[in-house]
Amino acid sequence: MLTDTPAARPLPARPAPSPPRPAVGDPGARAARTVPPALVVDDFSLSYGTQPALKRVSLEVPPHSVTAIIGPSGCGKSTLLRAFNRMNDLIPGVRTTGEIRVADLDVRTADVVDLRRRVGMVFQRPNPFPKSIFENVVFGLRMLGLKDRAELEARAEASLRHAALWDEVRDRLERSALQLSGGQQQRLCIARCLAVEPEVILMDEPASALDPTATARIEELVLDLKASYTIVVVTHNMQQAARISDRTAFLLNGELIEYDETGRLFTSPSQKLTEDYITGRFG
Amino acid sequence: MTTEAVGTLLRPLTKTLGRDWSGKSLTWLTALAALLIVAMVAVILGQIAWFGAPTLTWEFLSTAPTQGMTAGGIFPAIFGTAVLVILMVVALVPFGVGAAIYLHEYARPDAWFTRAVRFSVNNLAGVPSIVFGLFGLGFFIQFLGRNIDRALGLDVVWGQPALIWAALTLALLNLPVVIVTSEEALRTVPREMREASLALGATRWQTIRNVLLPQAMPGILTGAILSVARGAGEVAPILFTGAAYYLPYLPGAPTDQFMELGYHIYVLSTQSPDIDATKPLLYGTVLVLLLLTMLFNLTAIVLRTRMRARLAGRG
Repeated sequence: MLTDTPAARPLPARPAPSPPRPAVGDPGARAARTVPPALVVDDFSLSYGTQPALKRVSLEVPPHSVTAIIGPSGCGKSTLLRAFNRMNDLIPGVRTTGEIRVADLDVRTADVVDLRRRVGMVFQRPNPFPKSIFENVVFGLRMLGLKDRAELEARAEASLRHAALWDEVRDRLERSALQLSGGQQQRLCIARCLAVEPEVILMDEPASALDPTATARIEELVLDLKASYTIVVVTHNMQQAARISDRTAFLLNGELIEYDETGRLFTSPSQKLTEDYITGRFG
Repeated sequence: MTTEAVGTLLRPLTKTLGRDWSGKSLTWLTALAALLIVAMVAVILGQIAWFGAPTLTWEFLSTAPTQGMTAGGIFPAIFGTAVLVILMVVALVPFGVGAAIYLHEYARPDAWFTRAVRFSVNNLAGVPSIVFGLFGLGFFIQFLGRNIDRALGLDVVWGQPALIWAALTLALLNLPVVIVTSEEALRTVPREMREASLALGATRWQTIRNVLLPQAMPGILTGAILSVARGAGEVAPILFTGAAYYLPYLPGAPTDQFMELGYHIYVLSTQSPDIDATKPLLYGTVLVLLLLTMLFNLTAIVLRTRMRARLAGRG
């Protein structure tokens, strides 16, 4: 049911893949070369006007994994996250160099609407629309032009189940989404994102506005969703990164300092700066 | 006089009588100023209601004036006012909201065109309404209307004062209000809403249509309310562009002239052959205009409150 989507468009033809370039500071990606990466960042820089925000970042994210991006405030984590679905386009004066690919799609030249359907996003503060729970979940589908009520209902149910919210809201789908608790709202936002069947889900500190119980539920959910999606999550919380992610990237002042399997990065970081940061010497 | 100025004047007194006394007296002074407004409204409304109510019969509301406007009702004026305001809103809201969407969503803030638009909006808001009336006469009737007639080979159909030109003139007068309030309403929609929609793969226009406009609607409605209330009461812009002293028939086409309550009040109070006979009619007409304006406002306020409640997740 979830695979038969009108959103699925024929993939654009692309030239034969160029020989893979070694990713900077990323020994893990080399080992996993047999599976093509879900996301590739290649020598990517971004500046707001003259202010550089990301400096020559390169990394590869394997599919069906959770990648955490950590670093102190203002280090460029959110900017990097927003580069994957080009949300940075909304800010005037943004310039980029280098390349980002989502599977075989070049993010820079992709149709931005198409890109954002393949790369979903969950924001820091739960941001449901002031509409009913049902209308929130099917919003993306409606924007795709899907009108069939039965189909919309089936997809809404599937998405809500997938986001572990169905049992709590099944009796009140027509009620306003704003009546839900913060944690429920965030899971609703995740369901809304799942409904358009993205390949990648970006999460920008998805639990930072929630209480510990709701946070735990979101973390559980992230681990569940890993089976079907590639997830990149920005977090302030290093314990959270350690709990939920397979790989962790440490950013500082717009530079990728270290990118490795989470266990290794937290127990035996190769860079002095990483060690200082995770042991709380700054940040 | 500002409270500061009052405070300065009272300072010597404060020294002798103590801080408490001056605080109290200031409270009384400001309360008096507030009371003055209430009193004025009460007197105006009270007098009009008192003298107007006896005139307010079904016959008065449903018949046309007779005997050189010294008897009969005001139905044509009520009808003309309603049609005028409806036409004005139909012309005004799409243009006003459209301009607001452009300014807020598409225009680059520092582009010369954007600045020119904002400059125009601000200055349009400061133009006296009689000037709008003259503009309507010159532009809509003399220029636009005459040229339509010429192009269609008609005698004088469009090139004369008419309902449509009066409505457009009024719309123009109210355009700044609607643009400013609509843009303000769009601005109050949280950035997260726009981002949520775009991140789901909605296009820019889909985001405007399905997320921004519904949430801005209460604010946009406020602008429309203000313009309707103002539109129903303005006389100067329609003076040269379509309002008639007296018509034996109701307007049936946009090119017809019409009677209007505000203008009818002016006529009754200045052009009457028999002032004593006209006076009750005058009070009645003023009362009807007031009630009509309040009714417009009330409807829109109720509508707005409901929308707000729905947006807030209640109801």
